[in-house]
Amino acid sequence: MLRMPRFSVQTPATIEEAVTALQSPGARVVAGGTDLLPNLKHRLEQPPVLVSLSRVEGMRAVAIDEATKMLRIGARVTLTGVSEDPLVREHFGSLAQAAGLVASPLIRNMATLGGNINLDTRCRYVNQTAFWREAIGGGCIKSEGNVCHVVPGGRNCVAAMSSDCVPVLIGLGAHVVLVGPNGRRELPIEDYYVADGTRHTTRDDGELSTEILVPLPTGPRRCHYSKWTVRGSIDFPLISVALRFELERDRIDAPITAAHVVAGVLGARPRRVTRLDDILGKALSDQGVASAVAERVHKQCKPLENVPYEAPYRRQMLRVHTRRAIEALVAAG
Amino acid sequence: MSSPSPASLLSVRINGEPVQVAVQPHHTLLEVLRYQLDLIGSKQGCDKGDCGACTVQIDGEPQLACLTLAIHAEGRDVTTVEGLATGHGGVHPLQDAFDRWDAAQCGFCTPGILMSAEALVRKTPRPVTDPEVRAALAGNLCRCTGYTKIIDAVIDASRLMHTDDETADGAGQAPTRPAAAAQ
Ligand SMILES: Cc1cc2nc3c(=O)[nH]c(=O)nc-3n(C[C@H](O)[C@H](O)[C@H](O)COP(=O)(O)OP(=O)(O)OC[C@H]3O[C@@H](n4cnc5c(N)ncnc54)[C@H](O)[C@@H]3O)c2cc1C
Ligand code: SF4
Ligand code: FES
Ligand code: FES
Repeated sequence: MLRMPRFSVQTPATIEEAVTALQSPGARVVAGGTDLLPNLKHRLEQPPVLVSLSRVEGMRAVAIDEATKMLRIGARVTLTGVSEDPLVREHFGSLAQAAGLVASPLIRNMATLGGNINLDTRCRYVNQTAFWREAIGGGCIKSEGNVCHVVPGGRNCVAAMSSDCVPVLIGLGAHVVLVGPNGRRELPIEDYYVADGTRHTTRDDGELSTEILVPLPTGPRRCHYSKWTVRGSIDFPLISVALRFELERDRIDAPITAAHVVAGVLGARPRRVTRLDDILGKALSDQGVASAVAERVHKQCKPLENVPYEAPYRRQMLRVHTRRAIEALVAAG
Repeated sequence: MSSPSPASLLSVRINGEPVQVAVQPHHTLLEVLRYQLDLIGSKQGCDKGDCGACTVQIDGEPQLACLTLAIHAEGRDVTTVEGLATGHGGVHPLQDAFDRWDAAQCGFCTPGILMSAEALVRKTPRPVTDPEVRAALAGNLCRCTGYTKIIDAVIDASRLMHTDDETADGAGQAPTRPAAAAQ
């Protein structure tokens, strides 16, 4: 039995009321609760008050904004909803795929997209009971201690960003909308994350993520999300890679005009793979393209000993999964 | 120690009956079901989302009671394994099939699995397939059976539920399983 520390819960009815409630010191948002509740049960934090989104109107729609040519996804849409939504499936297959690979069907029925992009970073030394952490000498920088067990002597927490949707959303050029006491702001989701496992987003405590905007495709493309896990269900990714290739024509042997590759489960911030210029103008089906991209990913992405399985093994598997993902795209045509 | 937070009155339908119960804000739906309402069918396994033993249905969707704040059940319809047989003459076809197929060994996972399986068979307008059952039960761990008998039982129950004459058409026989099942 894992008991939660005491807190009170507010259930505002509107976004404005929720933002007001969030201004109380130490207040935390709770949406589906599938990340926050385990963390509270593990005594990783003790917020005096939770601001529940359960009664807040809105933030549940998926709709195309014709003016901006964006798909707007409300932060409270569940991951089951994202994975089954006809618009998401039509325009952003890899996002539907990623949402449908999170945890288990039971958790996806509860978990929200807003919670997924704000998912706390994870580490084998922190996502444990308080008793367990005490047994390794009193936790670490991210819990109650002041050392890091992953990078000995390190002063910066490198716990892993383990969201399945985030690498995909970064690759698709999505934006996140935040509403706070000073109004609404919008920023590229790529700039939302910072390399600090104890505070990995640029969201102010008093702000709410209200929606995610994804620019509609402007031409033919091929996208894929690949996640490697210990078991076929329930588990967080050990490594993940999101791929997006813009093509000159809607054929797998058409020249690639742009490539976006983003890897997850490294440190607190997903990594965009660079120097993919040499595959532009070539086709995904060309000899050597899959392994060229896989080599870039392998070279630039260095997993750490922050989640299960050894980092060198995970690094090798990043290469394998990238290559297989491209081969799968080619096979699908 | 933080000061105690006030309990609030939760109004919820549980297994079809309106229930009012004073709950603590930091208690989960599972704690309220088991320790305040004596509905101990839903099991407390891992208590953190990993095992599915606590699966209940909220407005017909299978969800985890161990990760649901009790307050979040306000105004909703909660079904636990105790309410499964309501409208089925005391035994749900799934329960009957689990019995016939020996799909429960220690039985700890069974209530959660039944709640996940019920949502699947209810939403599928025809007998369910092996890959569908595997996908629907992907959040429910069983440490005893090896899953085979559970999957067989769900397929059999769903087939029976779609057969008008229960004695016809090989009811209670081993369902045919696809050679290379997914997962
Ligand atoms: C067993 C298990 C397996 C899991 N496996 C995976 C997995 O494979 N992949 C994966 O990505 N996740 C996984 N998760 C984590 C989690 O279920 C998901 O990330 C989920 O999407 C979180 O959403 P939620 O609505 O439940 O978030 P909550 O728990 O409600 O919130 C998570 C965090 O986000 C903040 N937050 C929530 N909504 C907002 C908002 N609108 N604005 C601002 N802040 C907000 C909360 O304050 C909290 O810090 C798993 C969880 C469990 C228990
Ligand atoms: S990376 Fe280091 S500081 Fe961060 S959670 Fe892991 S052990 Fe703690
Ligand atoms: S007890 Fe709820 S998932 Fe294990
Ligand atoms: S029958 Fe024992 S865990 Fe499933």
